[in-house]
Order: sequence, then C-alpha cells, then structure tokens
Amino acid sequence: MRFLLLFSRQGKLRLQKWFTAMTDREKKKIIREMTTIVLARQPRSCNFLQWKDLKIIYKRYASLYFCLAVENQENELLALEVIHRYVELLDKYFGNVCELDIIFNFEKAYFILDEFLMGGEIQETSKQIVNRAIESSDMLQEDDHSEWYEVELFGP
Amino acid sequence: MSDVMEKTLTALPSLLSLDSQPGSAKLSANSKLGNLIRGITELTSKHEEEKLIQRELSSIKEQVSSPNTTMRQMKELMVRTIYCEMLGYEASFSYIHAIKLAQQGNVLEKRVGYLAVSLFLNESHELLLLLVNTVLKDLQSTNLIEVCMALTVVSQMFPKDMIPAILPLVEEKLSHSKEIIRRKAVLALYKFYLIAPNQVQHIHNKFRKALCDKDPGVMSASLHIYLQLIQENPEGYKDLTMSFVTILKQVVMGKLPMDFNYHCVPAPWLQIHLLRILSLLGKNDQSMSEIMYEILDESLQRAEMNHNITYAILYECVKCIYTIHPKPDLLEKAAKCIGSFVLSPRINLKYLGLKALTYVVQQDPKLVLQHQMTIIECLDHPDLIIKRETLELLFRITNAQNVTVIVEKMLDFLQVSEDNHTTIDLVGKVAELAEKYAPDNEWFIETMNTVFSVGGDVMQPDIPNSFLKLLLEGFDSVEEDKKLRLFAVNSYVSLLQGEPSRLPQRFLQVICWVLGEYAHLNEDVEPDAVLRLLAKLLDMKSSTSETKSWVLIAMTKLCSGGAAFSVAHEVSETYGSSMDTMLRQRAQELQHLSQDSALQSRVFPRSGSQEPVEVDSSLSFLDGFVSEALAAGAAPYKPPHQRQEEMSRSKVLSLEPYGLSLPISMSSCSVTDRQSPTLLSMSSSLSGDSAELSHKASSTTLKLDGVTRVWGREGYLVQREPVQEAAQVEAPSPLRSPRQQGDEDSPHSQTPTPTPTPESEQEKQQLASSLFVGLASPSSVSLMGKSEQTSQRFRRKARIQDKPPTSGEQINNLPPGGAADLLLDSNVSSELVSSLEQTHRNSLDLTANGACDAELPDGDVKEIKTPLSTDDSVLAAGLSPHEGPDRPKDLCLTSYLPAELSGLSHSEITLLCTNQSLDLSACHVQKEDCVELVVFIKNSSDSAAHQLQMQISCEEIEVSCVCDSPVEELKSHSVTVCQYFLTVKRPSVCFDLVGMVYYQLAAGSLQTAQFLYKLPLTSFIRPLAVSTEEYGTMWLAFSHDTKQNLPLMKDEREPLTATLNLLKTKLQLHVVEIIGEEGIVACCLRPDQQCLLHCRMHAGMLAAWLRSPVPDLPDSLLYHCQRALQER
Repeated sequence: MRFLLLFSRQGKLRLQKWFTAMTDREKKKIIREMTTIVLARQPRSCNFLQWKDLKIIYKRYASLYFCLAVENQENELLALEVIHRYVELLDKYFGNVCELDIIFNFEKAYFILDEFLMGGEIQETSKQIVNRAIESSDMLQEDDHSEWYEVELFGP
Repeated sequence: MSDVMEKTLTALPSLLSLDSQPGSAKLSANSKLGNLIRGITELTSKHEEEKLIQRELSSIKEQVSSPNTTMRQMKELMVRTIYCEMLGYEASFSYIHAIKLAQQGNVLEKRVGYLAVSLFLNESHELLLLLVNTVLKDLQSTNLIEVCMALTVVSQMFPKDMIPAILPLVEEKLSHSKEIIRRKAVLALYKFYLIAPNQVQHIHNKFRKALCDKDPGVMSASLHIYLQLIQENPEGYKDLTMSFVTILKQVVMGKLPMDFNYHCVPAPWLQIHLLRILSLLGKNDQSMSEIMYEILDESLQRAEMNHNITYAILYECVKCIYTIHPKPDLLEKAAKCIGSFVLSPRINLKYLGLKALTYVVQQDPKLVLQHQMTIIECLDHPDLIIKRETLELLFRITNAQNVTVIVEKMLDFLQVSEDNHTTIDLVGKVAELAEKYAPDNEWFIETMNTVFSVGGDVMQPDIPNSFLKLLLEGFDSVEEDKKLRLFAVNSYVSLLQGEPSRLPQRFLQVICWVLGEYAHLNEDVEPDAVLRLLAKLLDMKSSTSETKSWVLIAMTKLCSGGAAFSVAHEVSETYGSSMDTMLRQRAQELQHLSQDSALQSRVFPRSGSQEPVEVDSSLSFLDGFVSEALAAGAAPYKPPHQRQEEMSRSKVLSLEPYGLSLPISMSSCSVTDRQSPTLLSMSSSLSGDSAELSHKASSTTLKLDGVTRVWGREGYLVQREPVQEAAQVEAPSPLRSPRQQGDEDSPHSQTPTPTPTPESEQEKQQLASSLFVGLASPSSVSLMGKSEQTSQRFRRKARIQDKPPTSGEQINNLPPGGAADLLLDSNVSSELVSSLEQTHRNSLDLTANGACDAELPDGDVKEIKTPLSTDDSVLAAGLSPHEGPDRPKDLCLTSYLPAELSGLSHSEITLLCTNQSLDLSACHVQKEDCVELVVFIKNSSDSAAHQLQMQISCEEIEVSCVCDSPVEELKSHSVTVCQYFLTVKRPSVCFDLVGMVYYQLAAGSLQTAQFLYKLPLTSFIRPLAVSTEEYGTMWLAFSHDTKQNLPLMKDEREPLTATLNLLKTKLQLHVVEIIGEEGIVACCLRPDQQCLLHCRMHAGMLAAWLRSPVPDLPDSLLYHCQRALQER
C-alpha cells in the first residue's frame, strides 16, 4: 500500500497516511489530484482507478470518501476489503461512526489505523481483538490502581 | 515485576480508548480542538479561515515554547497542530516539540508525540535523527506499550542510515514471549528489508523461525518477507513449497482461530499471500506445481460465498493456476471462474474479469472468443476505466488482421482521455502495434501522424526515435522503402500546408528531419517550396528554439540550387545574430553550406550509405588541445561528481550524517543511466566543457542515433547512421497466409471494416468478427505476437532476441508460423524452410514436445543466490525439474566428451531438451581464448535419424563449428557430439544461444528439436596481465566507460584488498596494483576486448570506474561485479 486518504464530499481532508517517504509538496499535489478525480466519478462506476503507475481504490461511506493507493499488481477487491475492515473497526470503536467522530477524534482514528496496518501491510484483521480491547478498557476505568493510569490522573 | 508486565499487557489493546471511552467520543467536542473545528465551520471564506488558523498557530507557538507548559498541555497542543497541518497550513515550529513529547511524555503523551512525528516528518527529515535515542530507549523499555509504539514508528519512518543502531534490539524482539511484539518486530524487519535489504541479510534464518511460529499472526506477518524474498529468488525457496501448501490447506479447512475470520471466510489476507507465493514457486516448475494442484482445487471449491472477499481469493487462485505449470482440469475450472467474473452485473467484478482475461489471453485465446460480445459491450462502457482495461485486453490479442480496428478503438479513446499517464501509455502501445502489424504504408504513416499529434510532447522519446530509425534503415526492398518515405514526405508537406502551429513540437521535429532527408524523393515538389514551408515554422511564435534548430538543419540539407539559395540566405541572415548559440551555429552552417554545393553534397550525401559511424565519445581528438592548455597553466578538468566531492570534503561542518547522502545519490543516478554507456562516457576525464554541454543537449533533444551532429576522430562527422544495430529487418511479406484467415468461431469478412457504432446486434457481431479475427486459428494457439510474424511488416529482428522463449511450455506450443520464423532467423536455406512449412502441419504433434530450455548457471554453483543451507543450494543448482531423473544419463555422457577437452574442466552437462527420438544435452568448457560449447545428441528411438543438422545462433556471439562435417546419420541409441567455438561479438550480461536440430526419422518426415542455452558473460572473462604503465596508456585510449558505487567488504581488515580479491576469484580478473585507497584491475574477453577497472574507496563504498574499447562491456561487467559482491 502507498497511501490512504479520507476526505469529505466537499474535498476536505480528514485523515492521511503515507506508507512511503514523500515530500510535503508531493503529498499536497496527490491530495489535490485524488480529491478531484474521485469526486468527479459517476455514482455507478467501478471503485478502481488507474492513476500514474498506481491503482486507486476508493469507496464512499455516507459523506466520507476512503481512498487507498496500492501497487499495480495488487488485488483490487482485497484492497476494497481493507477499506471496509477499517470502517468496521472505526464503527466498532465509535459506535455507529459518522464523519464528525473522525473530525473531532482524528487522532483515535490514526491509532486504530496503526493497529490495523503497519508499514503499509495488514497487521491485525481481527475485529474481535479490537472488541476485546474495548471491553478491557471499560474495566480499566474502574481499576484505578493501574500504574500508568495513576500517572495519567495525577501527572508524573 | 512480571506482574507489572502482565498488567500492562492486558491494558495494551485498550490503549485505543484510554482517555475517552466509546460513546463519550463526542464529549471532546467541547475541548479546545472542538472549539477550533467549530470556529472553522462557521466561517464563510477561505480568507477568514486563513486568518483564524494563523492566529491559532501563533498562539500554539507561544505556548509550546513556554517553559511552563506541561507535557499534558503539550499533548493537547500537538493534536491541534496536527489538525492545522492537515488543513494545509505549515507548522514547522512544532516539529521539534513533537519529538520532545515523544521523548519525555508518559505513555499517552508519548503516543501523540509519535503520531505527530510520523505525520510531520518524512524519512529524510534531519530532525528524525533526534528520535533515534527515544526509539532506542523505548525498545528497551519494560513497558510493552512503549515497545509497541517504538516498533510502529520504526516501521512507519526511520532514517535508513540509522537502522544498524536499532537492528539488534528489533531482532531480539523476534523471540519475545508476547505474540504482538513478535509480530510487530517481523513487520518492522520487513520494512527494513524493503528500504535496506543488505542490512537484514544475516537474519534470514530467523525469518524461518517466524514462519514456524506457533502463533498464526506472527507466521502471517513473516509471509510479507517471504513473498518479497521469493519474488527475487524463487529457486532458493523451493524447499518451502510443501510447508506453504500445508499452511494453506489448514487455513482453507478452517483450522485457524475464529479471530482470523473475515465475514466468515478464514484468514483471506493470509490465503491470498500464500497463493501469491505458490504461484511464484510453481512458475515454470512442474514438480512444484504438482504439489499445489490439490489445494488450488480445494480453494476454488471452498470459495463459493457471494462476497467480495471470496471473489478476491478466487481471482488470486485463477491467476495462480494460470501462472504455474498447467493442469487441464484446473484450467477449465479457472476459465469458468473468469467467465463468471466477466458476466457479472457487478462492475467491480467485471473489471477484475477483464483483468484476468488480459492475464490469461496469451495462454488461452479461446477464452476471449467465448466472451467476445461482453468485451464489445465493455468497449462502449460509460466508465472510462472499464474501457481502458478492455483496450489493454485488445492490445494483447492484436494481430495483423485486426490491427486497424483495434488501433482505431485506441485512438478513439485517446481523444476522450484527459489523463497524461494514460495518453503516454496508450500512444506507446499504438506505436508498437503500428510498427509490428501495419497493413500498408498509408495506414502506418497516418497512424503515426495521429500518434505524434495526440502524444505530442508527453510521449516517450523512443517513439519518434524508432520511427525515424525505421524510415532510415528501411527494409530489404529498396522499392518499398522509397514508397514509404515518399508517402511520409507527401503527408508531411500537406500537413505543413495546413495549420502547422497546432502540431506538437516533437512532431514538427520529426517532420523536419524527414523532409530534410527525403524531400528530394518527390520530384513534383520544388525544394524551394519545401524550404518556404519550413521557413514558415521559424516564424511561428510557438516554435521552440530546439525545433528551430531542427528546421535549420533540414534547410541545410535541402538548399542546393538557385531558387533555394535566396530563402536560405534570408533565414541565415536572421538567425546568424540570434541570442541562442545553438541557432546561431546552425545558421552559420546553413549559410556556408548553401554557398558551397560541393561541400554540401560531401557533408550530406544523398544516397547515405549505411555504414555505422564510429563515435569517439571520449573526444580523444581534443587531447592535443587539452595538453596544450594544461601546459599553458590551465586547471585540469574535473568531472562534476569529483568537484562536488571535493567541495563537500572542504566543508568544515558537514550537516549530513556520516556523509552518506552523496554516494547514495550517485549510485542511484548511475543505475538509471546504466543502459546508456555512450551518454555516460561523455563525462570522461579528458573531455572539456564541450562534452558537458553536448551531454546536456542530448538529454533535452530527441536521442536520435546519428541524427544530431557528432564530432568524431577526424573532426566533423556527417554520416547519420545508427551507431549500433545494423539494419536488420525481415522481408515484408504483405501476403496473408490463408490459414490465418480461417476462423471457425467467428466468421469474418475478407476486408475487416471498422464499425464503431454497434447499436444493433448485427453491427456488434460484425465488430466482434473484425476484432477477434485470427484468434481461434491453429496458428495462434499460443504466443499471439509470434504466430503472426510472417505477415509483420515493420518488425525489427532485434525484437525476438529481446524476448527469447523463456519457458518450456511456450516453446512447446510454438505454432508452425513461429517455428518457420525462427528458421528464417537462423539463416537456413529457403529450400529447407519451404519443405519444413509443408511438413509442419502434418508433423506438428510429433515435434510439439521437442523443445524445452534450461537455465544454466555458469559452471560454478556460486553464481546462484543461495542464502540458505548447503542442501538448498544443491536443490537450487538442480535447476529444471525434469532434469532430476535424467542425471544418471548425464554421467554417462561425460565419456563422450572429446578427448582434447577431457583435461579441461567443463560445466555440468545439462539436459536441454528431449522428445520421443532425441535427447539433447550440453555443457561448456572454458578455454584460453574462447568458450567451447559441446552439444550431445542422443538418439533414443529405435530407428536411425538421418540428415542430422544443427544450427546454433546468437546475435551477440560468434559461433563457429569445430568439426566441419556434422554427422549425417545417427544410429539408434547412439550419441554424437557437436562442438562450437564461441566468442563474444557484442558483450551482454547474459547470452542466449538458440539451437535447432533438424533430422529425419525412418518414417521420412522432417523433425526439429529446439533448445535454449544460457551463458553468462563471466564464462568469457579472462584475466589480463598488464603492467601499471601499460594500463595507463590503455586507460587513456579506451572510449566506453561507466561508473558506479559498489558495496565494499567493510568488515574485513583491508576492505579494498579483500573486495578486489573476491572479484579476482569470482570473475577471474587480474589485480594490477593496489596503492593506498585505490586499486586497478584488468580483464579481457578476447585479447582485443579488454576492460579496465579503476576502484577507489569512498565513504564506505567502492567507487568503480570501468573503461573498455568495446561498447556495453563496462556495463555488463559492472553488473557481474555487483552481483559477485552482493552475493558474497
């Protein structure tokens, strides 16, 4: 995978993840091009695009577009499922996720992504593990003796 | 202590939801970030937003630099900064604070710090060096969360040069007790492998341990590395095939924990990874493929659910089945699967179906015929992406009969496509098809006109290059050449009479060249009329000065005779005082040559003979001038890289860590330039600034061999002939062979006419028949390109040599047309060819399996990459699978080795090809002045073979027969030996010898067997013993050179000596002398084909500079040096 972009229907960037080194200028150019190309697509077109030597796989969930760039020989359908799984993970975490959740808690969205993908490859696909994570975090709220939780409460 | 560890571990996954629970997420809308976001949404203009953000940023800036800000506040500030950056506002002041936060904060703050760093900085940012210590500390932390964060950030972005510092710690984590840490460590190492493969070479056996990890998650992560490793060297991992098959079997059977399921499908990502690995291992390898058949069948059957993810698996499965050694019933199932994709109403599946069809069309063109109506529909699909993919498919099935329709479709698409990348790609394809299959001159020129107008200035420069080369070199028939050129001239004259200002510059340049060279062919057009048309181009505002100089050159060629003189005079007056030196130069030439017609005709001879020009790219004719200048006290010339080096050395404070950046960039640039030795050699040490100029100029202008002027040994060179590659084009045979027109599945009209409006079903049918014509005919069962060769017009001979048949099955299926063509190549007498063609149709099935090939290592096994244990290397040396059982046979062949060779060491005798009657084996012997190829022909049938004839050919190698009378008759079950001396004509990294044996069995029909023998350049390299003085004189005399940085054996005590000794033993080079940090080395192929190496240690690399009198030799040798050093 090369990069993942989330942007709104108005073309506002909501999240960006780059898996290969790129300069800021290149990034800005790509973001601009991606939003224009993807937003211009007709509703019933296919979810894949050829862009330069990359494949762009995009999907719209409500008002948010997810746009993933992969190498040309990658499996497009699989990439589409990568997007879908990420949305499911967000949904599990936020509970019926909407664009606002991601706007206001974008750092959380990044953390979830970092658990899901690492260095541009799938790391953990299990929704159940994230599920368990949420359960155990509920437990932690009650358990004030956790060493680092104290640190968080009272400062170092 | 372990208690604490355990606790942190259970808390680990919960990190995601630490400070705000799910559901409470919206609460943070009240935070400062929330206020900012709301503030922005309320704004109405971009300008207001800008003001607000700037205000926000300056307040953040103030706070982050205040000493009273706590880390907790810092975390909040950082989140807001990330938001501002995401909106596109720069906040570089905060970068250093992000690093500080990652360094000093507690776990939660650290996490935000790391996130900010990974979003703000990229791998080459210098601030990243400050992060190294933090990462080191966190990797050693007892807090597992911190270890995880460090591993994550390391795999996201880490400075390449700092990898060694943390590598041992990451490596250590491979045996960590927690699965999640092991998994992240494996992925981090995978990332290191991608950016710096050499660094992780020593831990390959640990990867094996990861593959065998008891946790499927870790095993799954290790497959990323294996996929990469196997892609680079499938031979080295064949022993793992069984393991991968077993893993896949377990996954498919649902033996993994439920956690790995995705929408009820067991571990789809893992399955797909394994399928990809299997297809790499099974490619061209029957025995490996046989292990996989069962599980592939199983996968196809299991994946039946109607969900995207199962289709993704199916697609990968189908690809795998078509990649490995074919099995009929699996192919049938896979074909059915592709069919369901193509016919699916879901557009994504249709797309993938088209992609799959494109992938398999070369093996199974009939499948395309089954779906021709769907393909026609896709061609008119409203979605351009689908259309584009369909054209890709059509491109693969193009032949001489459908080329006009397909090219027309492609050109139609080009008119609507706005994407540059697509245009470049498609234009290249159209040009390729036109060159290969053009039915006639008019069509060819007109198509190329469209290519040039549409492709304009974005297309690949090699398109106009090869077009002009084609016009220049022509074909066998002088008459045809003239017609083609004449047509081009007429077409261009009328274009110039129209609106030339709308034509792209590149096209104008092509036009100028053609008119300059060939306008005289059209006797109806006066030269001064052409001159006036050209002069019009000079006045156009849009013409670049590059185009203008092309115009002036063309005029210089044309201006002979009175009327032309005045135009020429006028133009040269105007441009003689141009500010542009190039133009002024051209104008001067025009002026002088137009006045002196004798000189003009000497400089531009009309009937330009085709002798190649020898370009003295070292500019040695300037030596006298240079030495005079040196004697007069001028500073000696230094090539740019040396100047740069010295500058960086003289810097007092180097900001670059370890000074690595310079050599890295150098090596990368020389890698890209590797293919063009002549360009590189421009910067030889003797040449003056002029060489630099011409280098630059040549990179901006079209690289037309012999078109732009060159300076040669005698001064000004005027011949415009290609430097390499003599004109070798096959005889055009416009007659279509009748069997190509036979097409049972799609009857077609004799003259396929394009019908681009397939509204009615009938029209669609008609389009289908013109598109898919020739697909089902027996002549094109495989290898679409090859089977049509008899009717190709504009195909260059070199193209076949570019793509030698590489797999056994490809040759097996070689259709008669292709075989006949190969015969043509090997210069067999036409009589034999015609008799062959007649008998071929009858004897096809007999000869069908008469060929295969074997990839040969160069005698010594060390040539093969063997990162594994020694048993593996034996397996790797086993090469082709069908060779195994034949080994005993080879042993007895040794006794047939000619007596004079028995004393010399020979390479392993390899079985090349076997059919019912003949077994062909070969080996090579390295002699002092050449390589001797020994081919063993064994007649394994019960009847004698008559009229045995053998042909060996290779474009780059001179093959001469040792014994001049090859055996006429070979008795049943006997062996004969053919010997050939091989010497290098043109160096190359590896040589492919194509061999054919013709013979007749008792039955009487003529049979053939074909084989391919690969020889690396290294078998030809011999040490060249010279003294340092001789070396010095030779160095100055040689004109072809190349430079590159090679890895150095740094761990040795004397790295330079150790490296050179390694090269000496591996490649048989002669080390002339080593002085301090420099060493000189020499070798040769033949006594007159020397190559000299000059090596110098620089910044931990070996800066190698190779020179030779033979083009391509430095590049090819460099390749082998590089390999030798990488594999040590």
